Amino acid sequence: MKVSLFVTCLVDLFFPEVGEATVKVLREHGVEVDFPRGQTCCGQPAFNSGYWDDARAAARHFLDVFEATDDYIVTPSGSCALMVKQEYPHLFENEPETKARAVAVAQRVHELSSFLIDVLGVEEVGARYEGRVTYHASCHLSRGLGVTEPPRRLLQAVDGVEYVEMEDAGRCCGFGGTFAVKMADVSNAMGEDKIANIRATEADTLVGCDAGCLMQITGAMRRSGRPIKAYHLAQILAGETES
Amino acid sequence: MTTGTFTERATTAVQDTQLRDALARATVHFVDGRLTAMGELPDPDGLRDRGRAIRREVLENLDEHLATLADAVEAAGGHVHWALDGDEACRIVGQIAEQHGVELAVKAKSMTSEEIELNHVLEAQGVSVVETDLGEWIIQLAGERPSHIIAPAVHKTIEDVIELFKTATGEEGLPAEIPALTAVARRALRQRFVEAGLGISGVNFAVAETGTVILVTNEGNGRFVTSLPPVHVAIMGLEKVAPTWDDLTVLLPLLTRSATGQRMSSYVTAVTGPRRAGDIDGPQEFHLVIMDNGRSDILDSKYRESLACIRCGACLNVCPVYGEVGGHTYASTYPGPIGSVITPLLEGAESASELPWASSLCGACLDACPVRIDLPRMLIELRDEQVARGMTPRSESWAFRWFGRLTRHRFLYSLAVRVGRLLQRPLTRDDRITSAPPPLSGWTQYRDFPALAGRSFSERWEEMEKPSHD
Ligand code: SF4
Repeated sequence: MKVSLFVTCLVDLFFPEVGEATVKVLREHGVEVDFPRGQTCCGQPAFNSGYWDDARAAARHFLDVFEATDDYIVTPSGSCALMVKQEYPHLFENEPETKARAVAVAQRVHELSSFLIDVLGVEEVGARYEGRVTYHASCHLSRGLGVTEPPRRLLQAVDGVEYVEMEDAGRCCGFGGTFAVKMADVSNAMGEDKIANIRATEADTLVGCDAGCLMQITGAMRRSGRPIKAYHLAQILAGETES
Repeated sequence: MTTGTFTERATTAVQDTQLRDALARATVHFVDGRLTAMGELPDPDGLRDRGRAIRREVLENLDEHLATLADAVEAAGGHVHWALDGDEACRIVGQIAEQHGVELAVKAKSMTSEEIELNHVLEAQGVSVVETDLGEWIIQLAGERPSHIIAPAVHKTIEDVIELFKTATGEEGLPAEIPALTAVARRALRQRFVEAGLGISGVNFAVAETGTVILVTNEGNGRFVTSLPPVHVAIMGLEKVAPTWDDLTVLLPLLTRSATGQRMSSYVTAVTGPRRAGDIDGPQEFHLVIMDNGRSDILDSKYRESLACIRCGACLNVCPVYGEVGGHTYASTYPGPIGSVITPLLEGAESASELPWASSLCGACLDACPVRIDLPRMLIELRDEQVARGMTPRSESWAFRWFGRLTRHRFLYSLAVRVGRLLQRPLTRDDRITSAPPPLSGWTQYRDFPALAGRSFSERWEEMEKPSHD
């Protein structure tokens, strides 16, 4: 099976190790991974901020890049997957041809954890991680795409993981893209609540499926001087965690 | 309280730990209640779908339903008044008060009357108005506006309430117990019901086929307001129609279960016209004021769906932004996600320009809404409109124009990344940035920002590509 990897701009530029881990996990499950070189950003920052013309520019480019094949498109982000799957068709409401293209591409897009479970039918993950682990269910993945079980199931299947569910795991961490900057006080207060819930689990490791949320949570934890380990799910599954 | 901008008020609000604690307690209570009450239904999602379908159909054929409603109200002996805006609605109620020489009016909870600030208008013409819903009374005594559409005084602590009641009634040494405080309110308010010349209520639903106004309350005050005074005026936004009683059996449980987690509220009052021959109580006159106040503009726009709202407050309770800042920060009649959507629509984009941005777009509101209103989408649409009207900062539109260009050209994108690496160098320590210039300063004020990786994934791909082909 072949997969086109949509690595997302955040992972590409800030967390390349998450991209590497994603490739490793996919390969371990027998998938041939292609990385379409022209890819950039899905356009969500512009879309969410109301700059739809600029978001359309990014979206058109995405369609051009990923229409080269008709493989599955897999991405290690619930948020970016949601953008392509749900918002692209909406963005081109008044351009029937582009909309049809967007709908076709949208159907090929899968977030990593749901791809592993729902498409590949993965049960055994063959990974090992020692730690007490809690999971942050990012908004766009859990509510937007309705993917709630796959990440938890994968995590619980990892050898050595002592899984502990946090209170309100699906409550927003306050990231929200430009919201985190525009309404920094509110965003940070939301982050504080999230961190309180994480700390209450006494977990030593936080796992998530969206780099943006991890950036928000770990950024504030570091600032407080009391960070805990934090990984993208792909890193745990790939066994690519430096301690 | 309502000075400054949303952002400024929010900055103050998030530092108010007492407020945040009160909000957390109340919203958790409501959310748990809703989840339990909805969860015990045999098919909660099916009921929500039916509710949504009913509300959508109502909006689609609103003219017809309103005509049916008006005819039925008149057939039952009531008077129907159409108000184009809030001023007209206030004038109508004011005239009714004047005609009957009313000195005292008692009111049941009504967000619509809050929207048009009816109390001020009546008081200006010499009518005293007493709020009889416990939460509303507290707010009235405090001289504030509701901070939640279901629980107006949700931001008040019990100590605040004891103080307010002491001033109002002169009763000393009140215990910090809700039943005792409710009893105080009851004693103070009972007499007013008897003295009042006018009862004013809102409308939760207006059943068109029989011209019946439905009021959902938990204190029974709605019943007094609509039965003891000689005249009853009910005020509704024109969207509040339920065509039939069958429809009501869908909408009513959706409302009570989503609002307070109750299978049914303690009281559901149904008022059809004035007292009939043989009735033992009820007003001699019944008036229904059907108010537009900007709603028909919404009806004709892409935001029509927002009028499907049944004002249950569930979206407020789940909203993490509301939970941090409380209702007063919104400085609008309707706070929270639904308020952020309809306030700019009702009052004009300029007056509430920050509200569409007061959301992380987490989608919790859509998830909770009993009639599945897509509030996040409408928030983004409102943002798009602001951009189109040039209401956003120029630096921002410039930045996004560049964003659009960079994302289209991989070459430019890679170049920008390289420039970024140079620029971040003086700011970076241990792969993170702790203090950055605007606009990133908003982030680094509270959080470390990760530095751009020395080598991006794209730059690493070439080496990674090989193993699979070996
Ligand atoms: S928008 Fe939905 S959840 Fe919010 S108050 Fe209205 S009906 Fe309730």
